[in-house]
Amino acid sequence: MIGLTNIEKRFGDNLVLKGVTVSLDEGSVTALVGPSGGGKSTLLRCINLLEIPTSGALRIGDEALEFHPGGKVPAKDIQRIRLQTGMVFQNFQLFPHRTAIENIMEGLVTVLKWPESRARERALALLEKVGMAHKADAWPATLSGGQQQRVAIARALAPSPRVLLCDEPTSALDPELAQEVVDVLGQLAREGTTMVMATHDLRLASKIAQEVVFLDAGSIVEKGPASVVFDNPERERTKRFIASLRQEEAQKEAGAPQTPAP
Amino acid sequence: MPHWLQLMLDSLPTLLWAALIFTVPLTLLSFALGLIAGLVTALIRLFGPKPLVLLARFYVWIFRGTPLLVQLFLIFYGLPSVGILLDAFPAALIGFTLNIGAYTSEIIRAVIGSVPKGQWEASYSIGMTWSQAMRRTILPQAGRVAVPPLSNTFISLVKDTSLAAAITVPEMFQAAQRIVATTYEPLILYVEAAALYLALSSVLSALQARLEVRLNRYGGFLEANA
Repeated sequence: MIGLTNIEKRFGDNLVLKGVTVSLDEGSVTALVGPSGGGKSTLLRCINLLEIPTSGALRIGDEALEFHPGGKVPAKDIQRIRLQTGMVFQNFQLFPHRTAIENIMEGLVTVLKWPESRARERALALLEKVGMAHKADAWPATLSGGQQQRVAIARALAPSPRVLLCDEPTSALDPELAQEVVDVLGQLAREGTTMVMATHDLRLASKIAQEVVFLDAGSIVEKGPASVVFDNPERERTKRFIASLRQEEAQKEAGAPQTPAP
Repeated sequence: MPHWLQLMLDSLPTLLWAALIFTVPLTLLSFALGLIAGLVTALIRLFGPKPLVLLARFYVWIFRGTPLLVQLFLIFYGLPSVGILLDAFPAALIGFTLNIGAYTSEIIRAVIGSVPKGQWEASYSIGMTWSQAMRRTILPQAGRVAVPPLSNTFISLVKDTSLAAAITVPEMFQAAQRIVATTYEPLILYVEAAALYLALSSVLSALQARLEVRLNRYGGFLEANA
């Protein structure tokens, strides 16, 4: 189980998260939705401590940490939490100086000190899983955005994290390439991977997520099962936001140039 | 055989020998040590505590802002006045190292800063510590960008080692000066010395080109879009 209790995050005078409490079941997929600047990315980054919460408590499985204003979190504790999480970034952030398979092996070899051969085996299996085994030795710069993101997903999964954090995993991709990433994430969801994703891709969220948390201005406006929040939201704020997303989606679909199949 | 060619051929072994035992070692050693000094200085300026940052800035300010020749004179002729007596070669080595350190620290600081922040985050997200991220992710990428400006510094250094002649290091240029003192043929000998420096820096340029090809094998930096 992953639990965030009363998480507050302050950047200078700016209170970005105003006491957020969420708990996620093992094997569940949760979508964090909401307007830009609403705090969904920050909340996600508070789970693997790329941002250290100003106050609150975080629990991932057996690891628990509390945060206090002005308190310094020991590097060891940060690393303990990070090893329980994997992260997929909007802009992939593959290591450009390593091949696809080396990207996946990196954490296993450098951090977990696995022997090279065992790491390679695991990396290949993961590449297989995301449909990228044929590009194992390719440089990231030679891959399409969708392919890069699939490799990035494999990299995040390599140390078998308890939870996969996805920060706008399809936002940098055009619809066609986004689809292949959605497919991979959907497959992982069916296999029971615990995931939290910040997204405003309705297709991604509605296809994969069971739970939706709607964040606005640093607070949770509404949370619940995806079917309820998307189709029958309680709050006016949520309704308006979902409607605007739908509209955007429809426009994109209508306006998208028809690309012939390769 | 014309006189000038005869003279050049006769003096060539002397000049090459001086290059081999002074110019080349002085260049390589002071560049290697200077790179270390530059890396340390750059890391302090980027990540160090405030007092050390000020100290590092002071060092760069002094060594970039004063002439190299004056620095060499201060170390070799000046320091004995306060009881620090150095032989010519170590004095030159220290001078060049500190000078190179000041210049390369600026280059290294810039290229480390040029690696996207997302690369740090990606490294942290797979559990790396700061130093693992630095070693495995940031420096290899920064290193690639640093090759052209560092090569500039390196090539300047090869030529600048001729300044060591002024503090009695018998390197290649001083060897040429000595031959001039007995033959009275400055034009011929100095052209020959210039040609040898040109040859040395041409070799370095060629090595730089090969290194760049090797480091560029993974293609361009990743753009943030698809």
